[in-house]
Amino acid sequence: MKKTLFDKVWDAHVVKEIKDGPQILYIDKHLIHEVTSPQAFAELEQRGISIFRPDQIVATADHNTPTIDQHLPVKDELSRNQLEQLTKNCKKNGITLYGLGHKYNGIVHVMAPELGITQPGMTMVCGDSHTSTHGAFGTIAFGIGTSQVAQVFASQCLLLQKPKSLRVNVNGTLKSGVLPKDVILYIISKLGTNAGTGYFCEYAGNVFEEMSMEGRMTVCNMSIEMGARGGMIAPDETTFNYIKGREFAPKDTNFDKKVAYWKTLPTDDGAVFDKEYHFDAEDIEPMITYGTNPGMGIKISENIPVQENASFAKSLAYMNFEKGQSLIDQKINYVFIGSCTNSRIEDFRVAANYIKGKQKAENVTAWFVPGSQQVAQQIEDEGLNDVFEAAGFKLRQPGCSACLAMNDDKIPEGEYCVSTSNRNFEGRQGQGARTILASPLVAAATAIEGKIIDITKQLN
Amino acid sequence: MDKFSTLISSAIPMPVENVDTDQIIPARFLKSTNREGFGENLFRDWRFQKDGSINEDFILNDPKFTGSILVAGDNFGCGSSREHAAWAIHDYGFKVVVSSFFADIFKGNALNNGVLPIQVTPEYLKELFDAIQNDPNTKIEVNLESQTITILSTNSSATFEINSYKKTCLTNGYDDIDFLVSNLSDIKEFENLKV
Repeated sequence: MKKTLFDKVWDAHVVKEIKDGPQILYIDKHLIHEVTSPQAFAELEQRGISIFRPDQIVATADHNTPTIDQHLPVKDELSRNQLEQLTKNCKKNGITLYGLGHKYNGIVHVMAPELGITQPGMTMVCGDSHTSTHGAFGTIAFGIGTSQVAQVFASQCLLLQKPKSLRVNVNGTLKSGVLPKDVILYIISKLGTNAGTGYFCEYAGNVFEEMSMEGRMTVCNMSIEMGARGGMIAPDETTFNYIKGREFAPKDTNFDKKVAYWKTLPTDDGAVFDKEYHFDAEDIEPMITYGTNPGMGIKISENIPVQENASFAKSLAYMNFEKGQSLIDQKINYVFIGSCTNSRIEDFRVAANYIKGKQKAENVTAWFVPGSQQVAQQIEDEGLNDVFEAAGFKLRQPGCSACLAMNDDKIPEGEYCVSTSNRNFEGRQGQGARTILASPLVAAATAIEGKIIDITKQLN
Repeated sequence: MDKFSTLISSAIPMPVENVDTDQIIPARFLKSTNREGFGENLFRDWRFQKDGSINEDFILNDPKFTGSILVAGDNFGCGSSREHAAWAIHDYGFKVVVSSFFADIFKGNALNNGVLPIQVTPEYLKELFDAIQNDPNTKIEVNLESQTITILSTNSSATFEINSYKKTCLTNGYDDIDFLVSNLSDIKEFENLKV
């Protein structure tokens, strides 16, 4: 039978099938962080169950961490307690932790790939819905709740129904200035926020084949924003070259053996998907969102659509926008470049390339937050930080930061933020904050202009 | 985990679509290291004004509507994987959430906490909203065994899907950990074969 990439990886991890019920799926790697793990550790302790495979778990501190003065004790008591709890739990159970200040610390979905922990053909989970990011490597990776974190602690397995399959094909040539973020925002704007619910998505077509690993991660990262538990891209030479030589990548002949296996993973010709969509690359332009879910996106040069329904009206009222309105020249006081969607080196290269020789707009407060210590180091090594500083920007320390505003990086009530993150939900970046999702290029341009500009005019 | 068999209750209507987990429980309340107390901040930014006073316009603050069934608009629970959303709903006192569509992760999290997510057709959802608006005291019966939901005043009934494994878990108050741990020998065997 012809199999999809997803089938091949899934089927290789089924321990057992329960009659009329779910399957027991084996999990190769379990990533944890401070926010969604403490209750799972407590659950196991309470039941007297020990952690089954501690060496298949990797921990980082990211959601709740400050992005300045990380060498000092964390000021917020609850945050500090949560971070200390993670340290204690990891120590007690023999789990590797890359805590605050460690050279490998970073956002879980940035640090694991860059350390070579994420590899094709694996199953990976984390108590975070953006675990879909790792699918960029041809990995089955998805977010889980804390009860499931406890299940994986106890058994390295999960009980799951096999999801249905979905393929999104994008072929053609992307226009100049159209970045991976624009591609995924475009797809979600066309398909909506629940088109993928119940499905695992594969992204196929020359557009994804030609993307860097960073770009593929940006795309897979937002799979959950169209409802899909995960997204995958077939591993190829780009994938193998990215992994080779990384800290935890297989070495020497082991690497070659793995590559030979990874090459068998791509979807067989003729394999059938439950649902399939096709888009032309030429139709995609730099995107922005105007509403309170990631499906509410438009090309930056378009006007907000006119729709008559209560949820749409509620959303526009929250954003203080009118239907039919253009967002060009909308004044913006906050810009955030960061999050597990867009905080990798390539994102900061794009921003620096645009910013070079220009000055930050006076009205703008900008937070540039690298995804990991390694990204921060690379920004420094490549001289990008000099570009940012000359333009009036200051780089912060790594973490999830203003993507979900659990730390002090909150956008004030009523303010707009052009953000490279993944969710524009009400209050996501702070109570009453209004989020406009965009690519790092659009974010950089906004930070320079102090308003949204039609970037396509500069590109053509 | 709580057991679930049948429930007869009035319901609270919330006809908003795409209710995301950031609305159910905002991220700033995720700093706790235990499972309790999240109900206090359920729908925090809709229930309360910024100064902490009650938002009289929000449905949960309308004394007309009470009960342990929440009836919500399409695509309920989208967004983050935070189980805190299910804990908040459970802790507030809801035992059932009805919608025409649920996000995957939320649905799983709810079931793992003894909260039953019931997916009905958009037409039946509208019937429910209408019945509750007409009479806030209208009683709704949920029967897990027969997988039915019924508006008692009109006797209008609908069936819902739940996989038989999860149904057994919910009926008996079992969770997945016990089951997985009872399979450890098979899991070890799988590991040996895989290497």
